[in-house]
Amino acid sequence: MNLAIKDIRHNVGRFALTTVGVGMLLMVVMGMGGIYRGIIEDATLLIDRVGADLWIVQRDTRGPFAEISRVPPNLVHRALAVPGVQSAREFVYHTVQRERDGKPLRIAILGLSWPTDKGEWIPLTAGRPLAQSHFEMIADKTLGLALGEKITLGKETYTVVGTTSSMISSSGDGLGFFSVADALAIQFDVPGEAVRLERAARETRGQRRELSAKLPSLLENVVKPAAELPQIARPQVSAVMVTVAPGASSQQVTNIISAWGDVSVFSRTGQRELLLKGTVEKVKRQIGLFRVLLTLIAAVIMALILYTMTLDKIHSIALLKLIGAPNTTILGLILQQALILGTMGYGVAYVLGRQVFPNFPRRVILTDGDLLQLAAIVLAISIGSSLLGIWKALKVSPNEALS
Amino acid sequence: MTKSAAPPLAIETRQATKIYGSGNTEVVAMLDASMQVRQGEVIALLGPSGSGKSTFLTAVGLINPPTSGQILIGGRLVLDGPTAHGNLRTFRRRHIGFIFQKSNLIPFLTALENVQIALQLNGETPRAARRRSLELMDYLGVSDRADNLPSALSGGQQQRVAIARALANRPSVLLADEPTAALDSERGRQVMELFAQVAHEQSAGVIVVTHDHRSLDIFDAIYEMEDGKMQRQLQNSQAATDTR
Ligand SMILES: Nc1ncnc2c1ncn2[C@@H]1O[C@H](COP(=O)(O)OP(=O)(O)OP(=O)(O)O)[C@@H](O)[C@H]1O
Ligand SMILES: [Mg+2]
Repeated sequence: MNLAIKDIRHNVGRFALTTVGVGMLLMVVMGMGGIYRGIIEDATLLIDRVGADLWIVQRDTRGPFAEISRVPPNLVHRALAVPGVQSAREFVYHTVQRERDGKPLRIAILGLSWPTDKGEWIPLTAGRPLAQSHFEMIADKTLGLALGEKITLGKETYTVVGTTSSMISSSGDGLGFFSVADALAIQFDVPGEAVRLERAARETRGQRRELSAKLPSLLENVVKPAAELPQIARPQVSAVMVTVAPGASSQQVTNIISAWGDVSVFSRTGQRELLLKGTVEKVKRQIGLFRVLLTLIAAVIMALILYTMTLDKIHSIALLKLIGAPNTTILGLILQQALILGTMGYGVAYVLGRQVFPNFPRRVILTDGDLLQLAAIVLAISIGSSLLGIWKALKVSPNEALS
Repeated sequence: MTKSAAPPLAIETRQATKIYGSGNTEVVAMLDASMQVRQGEVIALLGPSGSGKSTFLTAVGLINPPTSGQILIGGRLVLDGPTAHGNLRTFRRRHIGFIFQKSNLIPFLTALENVQIALQLNGETPRAARRRSLELMDYLGVSDRADNLPSALSGGQQQRVAIARALANRPSVLLADEPTAALDSERGRQVMELFAQVAHEQSAGVIVVTHDHRSLDIFDAIYEMEDGKMQRQLQNSQAATDTR
């Protein structure tokens, strides 16, 4: 005869409600852990998926993810000349925020170095990689752009040719993949009026120089597009990604490149660390704190519930003592109820979480390790929180059954 | 009747005194109450309300230890004042059946389970416990309500379930505090006869607090309490030992 279950069955409605309440609380604890995992996963996902061995960035910056980095596009060719480098690609990365259907649309724009990189490495859920060097994009489903949909960014209109899922920047924005040229065009898009003003300014600057008086033909150049003027630097890329040839030492390549005065170089793990230590660290501590607080609150609430449940049957407990039930019976009654409450609460949290978490604005990742850890914590608080009730139950005198 | 042939003592109290509270709220509920109950004897305990009958019974039942005085069960000193010799709870479980003034059942267990649990706590298998519980309940006329919760039973039915629980472990000491108050006179009589039968068959010492003067003929001796003091009052025609 299991007294714990008999008592619960006697008050089944109240117990069920309590369990759902505890379950929802545990679900939030579970979700916090999942959000933390999601943030780490999202932050490092790009670095892992892109799969470069080395990242060459602007000297003394921690770019291109943790901060802005600017390197000249010709760095690709310098990198290619280093012995042991198999391939080098431009990497362009920046976030834009535009309006679409009256709602803000944030896109983390990532440039693929056409034609070496058409995005074959991107895990597509539908569609295909880029097939031409312009006006095509691959969009993450969080952007809400469907296959075949068109979107105007800058002066051009891009067609979605492929979609991905869970490709998110470290700040949680959906990724859009473009060719490097398109990515730069979006980034450095300047309105026509601004171009005209810039040309006028160039002309004025030119006229002030003695050189233009000697060589008036120089002034004819000011109306040409910036890209055709050798004096004006080409738009810069965020970083250069290097793949080290099989068998070559990545340390040697790193040593050579870091000797260049204009750039810094990071390994893939180095980049991960930069992101985790810099961007994610504070979030991690914040969420960790929330988890601890919520766990404590759950423990306190469970202790109160178990204490009131014990008080409710204190007369029965006194009576059990009176007819000679040993302390183990009484301890077992309360402890089992605590464990049932904890286990069922955890079950509710898991089942409910499975339904609710996918609708969270940020990704929630439930790892087996985290689930097990939470289960152990719930077990511990179940036992811990039953102590107050057990203490009360063991203290009650059998006499109280008579009053 | 020689002294050596008399059955051994089931219950003995020596100058048991119970004082509740202290100072000007002090209540002397029981004063130097002494009683000897031999195995097989059925004792009636009479007395006006507040005279200390329940106090005496709970002291003998090892529920409410006396302030001073001694309680011996089966010749063994169990309570010396408030000091316990041995585990009172184990002692209660093995040797004492108690029927309370108010019916006292566990609300979340069915009638049957309320009886069964006393047996199972004492190490009976669930099957054997169930069989014995149903037997007792059948005898007391409540087996048809076996699967009902106490809240669905009448006061008298609850009381009979409580009686079944008290008898379940074949106690050597049976203490009943107005067990028949909620029963009709016929059932009341039947319960009293059951107690006498238990006393004889199990060699148990039985003390019954009662106001029902119609059943007094069943008892071997009658005690009366008055302001906490115990008096052996009326002696039935013969001593218990003589009737057998
Ligand atoms: N827990 C307690 N604290 C203080 N006084 C108590 C307590 N229990 C009983 N008393 C007092 O002790 C005295 C004896 O009480 P007891 O319950 O033994 O009487 P009783 O003979 O059983 O009465 P009744 O026939 O009404 O049941 C009463 O005056 C009562 O008020
Ligand atoms: Mg009383």
